[in-house]
Amino acid sequence: MTQAQFAERQSPLLAVRDVSVVFGGIVALNGVSFNLHEGQILGLIGPNGAGKTTLFNCLSRLYQPSVGDILLEGASILSRPPHRIAEIGIGRTFQNVALFPNLSVLDNVRLGTHSRTTSDIISDSLKLAWVRRTEATVNKKVHEILGYLDLESVAETTVSGLPFGTQKRVELARALAADPKILLLDEPAGGLNHEEVHVLGDLIRRIRDERHMTVLLVEHHMGLVMSIADHVVALNFGRKLAEGTPAMVQADPDVIKAYLGSKDQ
Amino acid sequence: MSAAIEDVVTESPGVIEAVPKRAMTLGTGTSLVMLGLLLLTPLFVKNFIIFQMTMLLIYGVAVLALNILTGGSGQFSLGQSAFYAVGAYTSAILMEHAGMNYALTLPIAGIICFAFGFLFGQPALRLSGVYLALATFALATAMPQLLKLGYFEQWTGGVQGLVVTKPDPPEAVQSMLSWLHLKMSQDMWLYYFTLVITIAIYIFSVNLLRSRSGRAFMAIRDNEIAASAMGVDVALYKTLAFGVSAGITGVAGGLGAITVQFVAPDSYTITLAISLFLGMVVGGVGWLPGSIVGSAFIIFVPNIAEGISKGLSGAVFGVLLFLVIFLVPHGARQVAIVGQQLIGRFRKN
Repeated sequence: MTQAQFAERQSPLLAVRDVSVVFGGIVALNGVSFNLHEGQILGLIGPNGAGKTTLFNCLSRLYQPSVGDILLEGASILSRPPHRIAEIGIGRTFQNVALFPNLSVLDNVRLGTHSRTTSDIISDSLKLAWVRRTEATVNKKVHEILGYLDLESVAETTVSGLPFGTQKRVELARALAADPKILLLDEPAGGLNHEEVHVLGDLIRRIRDERHMTVLLVEHHMGLVMSIADHVVALNFGRKLAEGTPAMVQADPDVIKAYLGSKDQ
Repeated sequence: MSAAIEDVVTESPGVIEAVPKRAMTLGTGTSLVMLGLLLLTPLFVKNFIIFQMTMLLIYGVAVLALNILTGGSGQFSLGQSAFYAVGAYTSAILMEHAGMNYALTLPIAGIICFAFGFLFGQPALRLSGVYLALATFALATAMPQLLKLGYFEQWTGGVQGLVVTKPDPPEAVQSMLSWLHLKMSQDMWLYYFTLVITIAIYIFSVNLLRSRSGRAFMAIRDNEIAASAMGVDVALYKTLAFGVSAGITGVAGGLGAITVQFVAPDSYTITLAISLFLGMVVGGVGWLPGSIVGSAFIIFVPNIAEGISKGLSGAVFGVLLFLVIFLVPHGARQVAIVGQQLIGRFRKN
C-alpha cells in the first residue's frame, strides 16, 4: 500500500481520459476516466456487459474510442496501430485465452518477444550470426520465464493439448516475455478453481513486486480483486460507478446495487 | 515423446494442422538416406528417368513454396501457376533474348516473382479462406491469356511460346570427368544443378520457418488478433509470405523452363495450380519434406492411372486420389509418423 500511495503522487503511468465507445448506437463506454500509477494493481470490476473488456480492447487498440484519449507516460497511444502497442510496453492476456494453438509452449512464449527483437526474412533464411545471437538471447529469456511460471515440463508440448489452467499460465508467460510496463489481465481467474485462484493472486502480486510491472486487472472474481488490488474502479453500463480502495468500493451502495441487486447481501 | 506423436495423429483432420517443430523436418539419418538416393540414382538410370527426376525436384520446390504460404501463414492459393509462369518466362526471355547464362536468370526470376507475389498480397490482405482461394484462382485463369497478348508477343512468342536451349555441363566439370574417361549428359548435369538449388531452397525454407519470421507466419495462421497483440505486423508478414512463396515458385518455374526447353502459355494453366495444391495436401500441409512426396504424386500417379486404363485414366486418378485422402488425410506426414512409431516399437522388442 505504501508503494502505491507513493506512486499516486507522481504523474500516472497510464491515463484514461473521458473515453467513450459507441457501437452502432449502443454506448459501450461512456466518458470513463481513471489513472493507473506505476507499481499499482488496479482492479477493474463490474457486472457482465459493463464495458470492461471494451476498455481493454481500446487499450490494445482493437477498438477506437469515439471520444477521449488514452495516454501512456503522457503520450497518446491512439495513433498507434494494434501491432505497435506491445513495443511501448503494454502487454495483455485475453478473456478466453488467445494462444497459438498449433505451436508449442516454447514458440508461443518466443512470440511474446517479437516486439522486442528484429529480423528480416533474408537473414532468417540464411541463419546469419546475428540472428543466431538474437535467438540465443530469446531462448534464454523464454526459459527463465517458463521456469518462473513453472512451465518447463510442458515446454515442448503443443498448447492445444494442455489443460485450460495451464494455457492461461502460458498466456501470462507470453505476455511477460515482452517485458511490458503494464500488464493487462482480462479475467485471469475465469475457469479456475478456488485453490488455483488463490495461487494466481499470489502470482500476480509476485509479478508486480519481482518483475516491477504495473497491473490492470479485469476480474469477475471479487475475492481475488479485493485481496490483491491497491485500487479499484467499478463500471456499470459503460459508466464509472465508483473508484477507490477495495474497501471503499466494496462498501459503495451503487456498486452493491449493481452487483448484487439488493442491499441485504 | 510418444504422447506428442499421438497428439498429432489423433488431431481432427483440418487442412491447416499442427506442425510441432521437431516434426517439421526429417531426422539426420533419414535425410542422409534421402540425399544418398537423390545423388546416386541418376548414375544408374536412363536419361528420360533423369529428366523425370529433375521435374520431381522442380515440382517439389513449387509445392514447398505453397507449403510455406498455406502451411506457414495459413493463406490459400490456387494461383501458384501464375507465379510459376512468370518465373519460367523470365528465365526463357533472359536466356533467349538477352543471351544470359541460365543460372543467372534464376535469381532474377525469383526476385521478379517475389515482387509480383508481394504486390498481389496487398489486395489479397482483405480476403481470407475461400475468398482468397478464389482471388488467386482468378490470377491463375488470367495468366495464360496475358502471356498470349499480342503486345508482349515480340518477347513471349505469343501462342507459339519460346524454345529454350538446353545448357551443357560447364567446361570445368567436363574436363574433370574426361580425366576419369566419363562423360556427363546434359540431362544429368541439369539434374545435379537442380538438386543443389533444391537443397539450398529446402534448407533456407526450414531456417525461415524456424525463425522469428516463421513464427510470425504461424502466429498469423493460428490467431491474427493475438499475433497483432504480440507486435506482429499482420499485413506485412502476410504479404511477405506471399512474396516468399511466389519467389520460390518463380525459381522453380525458371528451372522448369530450362529443363523442359520450352515455355508456352498453355503449359501454365489452372491445372498446374491445382496439381501443386494437390501435391501439398498429399505431402502433408505444413510438412516441408512431404513436398517431394506430393510432387511424386502429381508426376507419377497420372501415368500409373493411364497404365491401368487408357480410356478412364482421369477416373482412375480420381479414385486413387480419393483413396489417399480417405486413408491418410494428413498425407505423407501421417505415413512418416506411423512409420516412425513402428520402427520405435520394433527397436523396443
